[in-house]
Amino acid sequence: MGNKLKIVWNGILPGNPVLVLLLGMCATLGTTSSAQNGLMMGMATGGVLICSNIVISMIKSLVPDKVRIPVFIVVIATFVTMLQMAISAWLPALNASLGIFIPLIVVNCILLGRAEAYASRNSVIDSALDGLGCGLGFTLALTLLGGVRELLGTGSLFGCPVFSEDYGMLLFVLAPGAFIALGYLIALTNALLRKIDKKS
Amino acid sequence: MLTYLSIIITAIFINNIVLAQFLGICPFLGVSRQTGSALGMGAAVTFVITLSTAVTWCLQTYLLDPLQLQFLQTILFILVIASLVQMLEIVIRKIAPALYEALGVFLPLITTNCAVLGVAILVIQKQFTLMESIAYGFSTSLGFTLALWIFAGIREQIAITKVPKGMSGVPLALLCAGILAMAFMGFSGIKIG
Repeated sequence: MGNKLKIVWNGILPGNPVLVLLLGMCATLGTTSSAQNGLMMGMATGGVLICSNIVISMIKSLVPDKVRIPVFIVVIATFVTMLQMAISAWLPALNASLGIFIPLIVVNCILLGRAEAYASRNSVIDSALDGLGCGLGFTLALTLLGGVRELLGTGSLFGCPVFSEDYGMLLFVLAPGAFIALGYLIALTNALLRKIDKKS
Repeated sequence: MLTYLSIIITAIFINNIVLAQFLGICPFLGVSRQTGSALGMGAAVTFVITLSTAVTWCLQTYLLDPLQLQFLQTILFILVIASLVQMLEIVIRKIAPALYEALGVFLPLITTNCAVLGVAILVIQKQFTLMESIAYGFSTSLGFTLALWIFAGIREQIAITKVPKGMSGVPLALLCAGILAMAFMGFSGIKIG
């Protein structure tokens, strides 16, 4: 059991796709104007990642090595299309706020990266767990960044006011704030990981 | 003529693809250590985006829309872009070996550049005509090249400066990108026509 947990944990902190591996930066910066948007985008990407990891791991022995990348992309694009249709049908407000970044999940490097590095080499269950871990890590990073930007920019968190909006720095909701907040988050993660390294 | 001017100025400065729309961040952070390679990447991206936008626009208008297959957009576009990049690589190697030498390393990286798919989808969403789409695609990639080139210049300077250990590398690069984005925000008041 410890081994399975380790697969999930690896995606959350030591191999966090955004904060450590620096993958999927476009979605990270583009969809985190609020904590809720970040959370939703993380969950959407995580869902696609688990599904695509499972399918790719199931078909790994059937796919010739030479055409594996196009095949992986088609599998991922299929799940993204399904997600896109589901979101536009059930959550139109979310569809409007995430906009173009939903179809762009296809080109999120995390998905193809995990397919190539993990799912095409490991069993179905391990791949699903790896997808779950990376999805959780991605969601965590996006929610954290969205929370920081929302709090500093508008003075609220998940829509609940924490301090008056008059003291908010609008800059953090806009584009420059995304870069700056992510820069500091990555620096903090590096410091945290160094501390953990020293202890063990 | 004014529409085109407005599309071009907006795409390059006001709504810069990297600094305001967050597309193509991976090459923006990855291939921006030297101004030379930044310009090479910019040229390759300009080439691919302009061509792929024209092709995907035609596919959407003459194939997907009449057959009401719009839901296949994402799958079709990404396959078209991936094969287009492969084909371009083969054609350029055959016809212009010198250009291939210059662009070669950057071409395969472009398939996973979300700016390419992003622009292809954006021109459909904005309901541009074919000519407007091509103008938008071309000027967007010029904006990408501009952002990449400036950023590479800044990073060349950072590389020879002593910086705090915890911030060196990507964190500091992101902070600089933030300040650069702030500078580009100054263009947002411009109105054309």
